[in-house]
Amino acid sequence: MSERTIDTDRWKGDLLLLAKIVAATYVGFASLGLVTGVPINEVAGFLVTVTFFAASFALVTLALNLHWGYTGLFNIGVAGFMAIGVYTMAVLTASPDASPAGLGLPIPVGVVAGVLVAALVGAVIALPALRVRSDYFAIITLGFSEIVRLSITSGTLREIEVGDRVYGTGGGSGIGYTPVDSVIPWLFDRPGIGLLGDLLYGIGGLVGITTSIINRLLYALVIIAFVVAVYALLQRLAYSPFGRVLKAIREDEVAARSLGKNTKYAKIKVFALGCGLMGLAGILWMGSRSLVTPESFMPVVTFYIFVALIVGGSGSNTGSIVGGFVFAAFLWEGPRFLRTIARANLDTRSPPTIYDAALELAAFDVMPLVGYFIGSLDEFRWILIGVALVLLMVYRPEGLLGDRKEIAAATDLSQRQGGESDE
Amino acid sequence: MSEQRTRPTTNVDDPILRAENLRKRFGGIVAVDGASFEVERGSITGLIGPNGAGKSTTFNLITGVYRPDGGSVVFDGGDVTGHSPERIANQGLVRTFQIARELPEMTVLENMMLGPQNQLGESIWRSVTPVVRNEVIQEEKQLRERAWETLELFEIDHLAEEYASSLSGGQRKLLELARALLTDPDMLLLDEPMAGVNPSLEKKLLERIHDLQDEGYSFLLVEHDMDVIMNHCERVIVMHQGELLAEGLPAEIQGDEAVIEAYLGGDV
Amino acid sequence: MGVVTLKERFSDTTAQEVFGGILVLGIVVLLLDLLRLVATGELSPGRLGSLLWYGIVDSLYIGLAAIGLSMTYSILRFANFSHGDLVTTGAFGGWTVAYLIGGIGAADFGSRLLLDADGGARAGDLGMDILASPVAIVLGLFAAAAITILVALAIDRLVYKKLRDAGGITLLIASVGVALALRYIIAIFYTQDSRGIVASSPRVGPVNLHEATLVVSAVTLIVGVHLLLQYTKLGKSMRAMSDNKDLALVTGIPTERVIFLTWVIGSGLAGVAGYLIVLDRSQITINLGWFLLLLIFAAVILGGIGSIYGALAGSLVIGITINLSLVWIPADLNEVAAFVIMILVLIFKPDGLFGGVETA
Repeated sequence: MSERTIDTDRWKGDLLLLAKIVAATYVGFASLGLVTGVPINEVAGFLVTVTFFAASFALVTLALNLHWGYTGLFNIGVAGFMAIGVYTMAVLTASPDASPAGLGLPIPVGVVAGVLVAALVGAVIALPALRVRSDYFAIITLGFSEIVRLSITSGTLREIEVGDRVYGTGGGSGIGYTPVDSVIPWLFDRPGIGLLGDLLYGIGGLVGITTSIINRLLYALVIIAFVVAVYALLQRLAYSPFGRVLKAIREDEVAARSLGKNTKYAKIKVFALGCGLMGLAGILWMGSRSLVTPESFMPVVTFYIFVALIVGGSGSNTGSIVGGFVFAAFLWEGPRFLRTIARANLDTRSPPTIYDAALELAAFDVMPLVGYFIGSLDEFRWILIGVALVLLMVYRPEGLLGDRKEIAAATDLSQRQGGESDE
Repeated sequence: MSEQRTRPTTNVDDPILRAENLRKRFGGIVAVDGASFEVERGSITGLIGPNGAGKSTTFNLITGVYRPDGGSVVFDGGDVTGHSPERIANQGLVRTFQIARELPEMTVLENMMLGPQNQLGESIWRSVTPVVRNEVIQEEKQLRERAWETLELFEIDHLAEEYASSLSGGQRKLLELARALLTDPDMLLLDEPMAGVNPSLEKKLLERIHDLQDEGYSFLLVEHDMDVIMNHCERVIVMHQGELLAEGLPAEIQGDEAVIEAYLGGDV
Repeated sequence: MGVVTLKERFSDTTAQEVFGGILVLGIVVLLLDLLRLVATGELSPGRLGSLLWYGIVDSLYIGLAAIGLSMTYSILRFANFSHGDLVTTGAFGGWTVAYLIGGIGAADFGSRLLLDADGGARAGDLGMDILASPVAIVLGLFAAAAITILVALAIDRLVYKKLRDAGGITLLIASVGVALALRYIIAIFYTQDSRGIVASSPRVGPVNLHEATLVVSAVTLIVGVHLLLQYTKLGKSMRAMSDNKDLALVTGIPTERVIFLTWVIGSGLAGVAGYLIVLDRSQITINLGWFLLLLIFAAVILGGIGSIYGALAGSLVIGITINLSLVWIPADLNEVAAFVIMILVLIFKPDGLFGGVETA
């Protein structure tokens, strides 16, 4: 029994840390917003958006951590596997009368199929690709994700006539389908749960928060439930002999094989599992949209996830969730919130070019330049992400939380029945 | 041809390992050129030769790290030529490396726990499924016990919770050997097991190897220290330029003119 | 067990031989089909000729960029994902200088400085073609090299120098960060809008003068690099370092000096490549180099990493592939064909198509 307590303590400690970071961030952003006069509905909307992105990023980051953090498989084709999951689900669930047409299957079937297809494709890629060096593997996976994106964009797969219906990927304009988050209003249409909905909407109305924000919050909670389930699954894997084999592959595959471990199978399994989870994460991430386009799966998406993973410290599941959250709150949504605040308080007229702004600066008017920079927020966000990656690599490659000794074993190895180490 | 030099291997009654006519080329260089030898079951056999004689390559060919260009390897009566390293290890032929391959960012205990073969928890399903996982935990506790005992045997139990990367070269060698033992092998191939190990530890290590021999393990070891070879091995195999130069009892080898010439005249 | 044995038999050399066989077979089949198409008149010799010519033109700018990528890969030992954005840097930097010199009096300074970001300096009004503004365009070419070299050296000082002893993957990730930061710093100044900034090319008879400029400049530079590497002490040091860095260190080759020159040559060529692409296509966008990066990688890998002549040969294969493949597949899938070839080579022949013979 004593070992159990140690296991749960680690759990609790991690959760506490996460809760502290989340709470501090929310309180910080909320008070900053309210002090600077942002309406409560917008502040709530921002916090919900952060929660949604944090949960989505956390889910993909967990999957990438399984690949890279644990097994050392340097997969930079994350976007491609997400695309496969989402497109599979879209084709299966879209209405048969839409253009392009889908099969009109229920959403849960689409979700499960999306995950399975992503996992299957992962296994097929893994079969030959896992023998190569890690930098080659990186280029292969990136190439693969670009092949996926270019193929779904291509006119060849855009429209495929089967009988009198036109299926296909819809090319650049994508596929329309019922968004996954429609599950929330659907739930509230059921008797019983509907009462809960009325209650929540009522409370929201009292403090001035719209029902759409409450629906988004509830959908974010659904994703969080998935994050918790996946976290539990991956923790069990990590703290098991299988997790030990994965770590050994990362450290020195030849040594692991010389000890009789079938690393090939382990790698294929783990790669397929991770790809399936990436598919799931993609589906949930795009779940609040009713249209999926290839634009959403640019290679750069993969690098968001890398930043999140490295921020949290690769090799740690808890770190992956922390990293997903920090990335969503500070690098992804934070700058937008600051823009909202700036626009509410400053004259943020943005001149057409930086040259015009500089000319006005020469006339001692700083505001146009400030306005221009606020207008270029998206670019700044990218620069911030790039600089964060570089700084992490140079100064803290082990992540913000630092090195965490997480021992891959199903039981506490330092405890002994024999008692010698108990002295 | 090397055949004429190779003495008839009559003194090996019950070979556990037989290499026949092994060949390996790297580009234009022939690293192993038709080496044939046998290792007696339950013996400690030494494999020596000047640098570049092909000893490590031979190890790699036997254990499946490299695929031989020609020849065969028979272990315990079964042909294992060209099998994967994990398959060979699973059959009870386990090796250590010349430069120890510890798993740096795993603790000494984690390294050790990797040794045992066919662990229940190496299956994803068993590790994850709620009730079944209890069996995994039970097995982990038993393995943990064995891991600690073996660490004590090698007197590195005080390092159990350190990262393997923080160990000294000699300690890594010990860890590697201890870890290999946990795989329950029938035969161990040790590539310079004494390199970097201090003399008092070396003595203990040799005692340990003899104890294990008494328990029925077989050993093939590459070693540069001639005292170790001459005093502790029952039989010695000498390689030179990828070929087998001589094979026999330590005393015979010591007096073999070809061997002396190879060591003195070679590029040692 | 039978399955396992079968799988074991298929590793290493055999798989490579099988792949090599299939590849050769595939090429033969495609060549025969090409002959058939020409013979039956489905593909006119004129169109075949122009596809091949476009393939060569494409391979020249891919090749210029690939030389640099191959050099950094072999000498600094990492896959530099910011190399594409050095191409972009050269394009923007070089054309800014060309606009500043060539457009004097024809448009506002601000519009010219930002390459028509505000629509105030149209290429046609400025006379941005090789006959109307030859001096500006040639000076722009030199500026493209110079600016890219300065940027690359600054990045090396700021980032890579601190990571000299780090592993290849650490450097790779850092280079992704560099790529993002560099690209969007450019975007802050020049905006993310894609726009045409070169006037349509004048022609002399059948010759497209912008294309001719591209070909002449690229070939000159490639010959120059060849002479430099073959006949100077520096070139020998660079080759030694790409073969074996540790050995090179022991033998007293000045590592930092070689690294410095690697960046100078590699980024200079990358910048020129970016500049010439815009000269040929007129369109400029901040994603110019990033979208090209995977093709450049494909060329380097096909030729075998570390070999400069291999990189050029690989570029030729990629250039011809993306153009000649149009005979069989739609235009929006031609890059897919190139990437598939790259992946197959990486898996089955990781030393490159020419067996990893390090010629330079």
